[in-house]
Amino acid sequence: MRRATRLAWVVTPAVLLAGCDGWQSALDAHGTSAVSLKQLIILIVAVCSVVWMLVMIALIMALWRNRRERPLPVTPQPSTQRRMTATVIAAVAATTVVISGFTIMSFFATRALGIGGNDELTIKVRGLQWWWSVEYFGARSEERFETANEIHIPVGRNVRFKLEGLDVIHSFWVPSLAGKQDLVPGRANELIIRAEKPGIYRGQCAEFCGMQHAHMAFLVIAESPDEFDKWINAQRQPAVQPSEEELAGGQRTFLEKPCAACHTVRGTAASGTTGPDLTHVGSRKYIAAGLFETTRGSLAAWIADPQTIKPGNNMPMVPLTPEELRAVSAYLASLK
Amino acid sequence: MKANITGPATRDTDLERSQLEAELAETWKTPSGLWAALATVDHKIIGRRYILTAFVFLALGGILAALMRIQLAQPEARLIGPDRYNQIFTMHGANMMFLFAVPVMEAMAVYLVPLMLGTRNIAFPRLNAFSYWIYLAGGTLLWLSFALDMAPDVGWFAYVPLSGPQYGAGKRADIWAQMITFTELSALAVAVELVVTIFKQRAPGMTLDRIPVFVWAMLVTAFLVIMAMPAIMVASTSLILDRLVGTHFYNPAEGGDVLLWQHLFWFFGHPEVYIIFLPAAGMVSTMIEPFARRPAFGYLALVMALIATGILSFGLWVHHMFVAGLPRLGNSFFTASSMAIAIPAGVQVFCWIATLWDGKPVFATPLLFIIGFIVTFVIGGLTGVMVASVPFDTQVHDTYFVVAHFHYVLIGGAVFPLLGAVHYWFPKITGRMMSETLGKWSFWLIFVGFNLTFFPMHILGLQGMPRRIYTYQPDMPWHGINLFVSLSAIILVAGFLIFFLNAIRSARSGSVADDNPWAAPTLEWATPSPPPSYNFARVPVVSGSHPLWDCSDGLAVANGLRTDRRELVVTSLVAAEPQAREASPRNSIWPLWAAIATTVMLIWSIFSPWAVVWGSIPISITLIGWFWPKSIPEDES
Repeated sequence: MRRATRLAWVVTPAVLLAGCDGWQSALDAHGTSAVSLKQLIILIVAVCSVVWMLVMIALIMALWRNRRERPLPVTPQPSTQRRMTATVIAAVAATTVVISGFTIMSFFATRALGIGGNDELTIKVRGLQWWWSVEYFGARSEERFETANEIHIPVGRNVRFKLEGLDVIHSFWVPSLAGKQDLVPGRANELIIRAEKPGIYRGQCAEFCGMQHAHMAFLVIAESPDEFDKWINAQRQPAVQPSEEELAGGQRTFLEKPCAACHTVRGTAASGTTGPDLTHVGSRKYIAAGLFETTRGSLAAWIADPQTIKPGNNMPMVPLTPEELRAVSAYLASLK
Repeated sequence: MKANITGPATRDTDLERSQLEAELAETWKTPSGLWAALATVDHKIIGRRYILTAFVFLALGGILAALMRIQLAQPEARLIGPDRYNQIFTMHGANMMFLFAVPVMEAMAVYLVPLMLGTRNIAFPRLNAFSYWIYLAGGTLLWLSFALDMAPDVGWFAYVPLSGPQYGAGKRADIWAQMITFTELSALAVAVELVVTIFKQRAPGMTLDRIPVFVWAMLVTAFLVIMAMPAIMVASTSLILDRLVGTHFYNPAEGGDVLLWQHLFWFFGHPEVYIIFLPAAGMVSTMIEPFARRPAFGYLALVMALIATGILSFGLWVHHMFVAGLPRLGNSFFTASSMAIAIPAGVQVFCWIATLWDGKPVFATPLLFIIGFIVTFVIGGLTGVMVASVPFDTQVHDTYFVVAHFHYVLIGGAVFPLLGAVHYWFPKITGRMMSETLGKWSFWLIFVGFNLTFFPMHILGLQGMPRRIYTYQPDMPWHGINLFVSLSAIILVAGFLIFFLNAIRSARSGSVADDNPWAAPTLEWATPSPPPSYNFARVPVVSGSHPLWDCSDGLAVANGLRTDRRELVVTSLVAAEPQAREASPRNSIWPLWAAIATTVMLIWSIFSPWAVVWGSIPISITLIGWFWPKSIPEDES
């Protein structure tokens, strides 16, 4: 039983470390720092596993060797005592060597994490209960825009995230790209990320931040520089004006009802800043901080009853007729 | 012993054994009846209550853990809503840390330390009674708030601003902060009692290098409590001030600092871990002797390791804040200090293995728990080394990896030794043995169940699962492991159920234990099981570090104590030479009144700052009653 358990401890992590698949995993690393962190993690775990096995071998031998009878209680023999002292000192010395090695390794790894580079892209991320506001800048002030819960970055380029906590402490963590960094109110924290492979990487708030801490996810989409430029140019545009009658009705409802008090849709009168910017909400993969894929249906469900879907979140239920609900969700889904 | 002082008082010198025991029993007794039970200051009765209460909180905390595992067994479960779940994990953490782990270790010490030192009661026995009532009140407050659906929901370290006036609605965070006040009050009281007992009440001849290692561990722990608790007291008091009277200690908009809370909390919070672990390590060093049938190898090394751990524990709090945005290279200092604490931990592990190596192990349940402890604690220590590394920590901080790590340290490192200690000292406390068969069943179920439950959490953490989430989405690759973990927890629960069953059954109908069923070397085994109210009919005199092994022809004793009043021997700090006969207080109901008055004031102060003013009046009255001279023999100088 024990041997099987021990074996499982050794084998299971090895299997899981080798074949791990996930879009939010420290073991599925596709960012420069995540890759080097993964190497560090595997190295330290390997050394520690060896240490643990050596200790266990010593323990088993200690328990095994003296099953023969002896007078009770044992009086320590000076020669045995000396040998044991030497062994214990050697073991402590070995421990010291190992942890000194770890300390030096993590010192250099830490230093490497903080190094940026030229040609950085700066993105500001604000954490709020329970979503992420993302701000991009440009050469001119009108190129600045905000979006939410979905961050696009170009592959192969250093991106400097300026992290700002607006209400409580949150933590910005995209395990496949980099280690985490807290967003602390009153402090300006930064994190540099560089994606090495195009892909969609999921991130999630890692510092308990209240009722809906579990539903505070976001996506980082790393794409080729061309696609990234295309995306950023599209995002800089104001929202498309509705062409169909139903969509226009949806827009009217959106502007007349309390929606516009909290949300911005650039190009319309809606300019609230309490909730996420919805100018291109239809282009985002998810709504409600990673809760649902964006479809007309999920938008309608969300608007109809946000408190059942994500209890405690700051979006109130706005009473709408079925027609209004259909029109508003169609309008929002059309904001590509 | 000092020469007899002439006087009318009765001394034990000339008395026959039976007459002596009768007189001592009369002087030290706790009469039957509720009132007497409330007024007792017997460290054994209070210690027993403390231990029982702490185990009740363990069971309650375990139920919360089981609820969380049911909720997390599948993605998007709707069994528990986010609000209740947040209360549950906060309660689980706060309950296990503040109401179970710290108090249970102090409770064991309250019961055992005076016996192991050969004295008749703990120092400041009325303060001891007070500390128990305060602890009970704090625990009741927290659980009542949970029953009323207004329990704290901000996590057991209650980070601001989430717990601050703006985001922590209602009285939930205040209840958390005031519960801290209760437990720190009781912990400080016990710490002071232990320091004085260990320094001044050791049996004559028990020099510093003859103190059992468990007692050393409690001495170091008591100093940690005394030095660490003020930090949390400052933190929780200023939080209540922020919430109640509008100060801005933690409000960055008004010049306060959010990270101030984290510094203060972890300056307490990290030593807290060692306040739990050091007593457990001391238990292992003490228990390993009778089961290895050999004195512990490296007494000096073991004691120095305890002291070194205690000192180092104050230099690593920042490793809880590696991702908070402090200067990165400054963090490296705390990497080094956090790693360094592995050295004293290693020293102890190697000494225990060496003891077993040279001894002849007797595989009774307590030794099984010691072995289980070494196996799991080494894993917890190694994952501790991992999270001490800043870059490593940036990936696992606040994930299930850390959840796995600290359960390995706290359950593997502290609860396993504690369960072994319960099996070991149970015959002394109750006079009956625990069943070995059930003991072995509970050990194996707990050991296997624990590892199957908590080891996979390391992997969950590396796979990106943050801690403290009430649910997760089906498209995350976590549900398989989560289900496995939840199912494994059933084994763990079964083990604990058998442990509780064994304890309850054995207390009623276990086989009767003799004075020293394990043939152990320390003084608590030199008196009947359970010990009489006066602990020792004659105060033992010690001439070695293993009194019951060193002198197989009977223990030397000291004479000359009065029997008509509660009296014990005060000895010198280093050499434990007898210095004086000192009175020990009689039973008194006043500690209970003082505790009630303090409780009223503390709970009232959640609602109004004026409670501190008006509430201090009844406290003063009860304290005056407590200390008022009552013309009894104990008041003679």
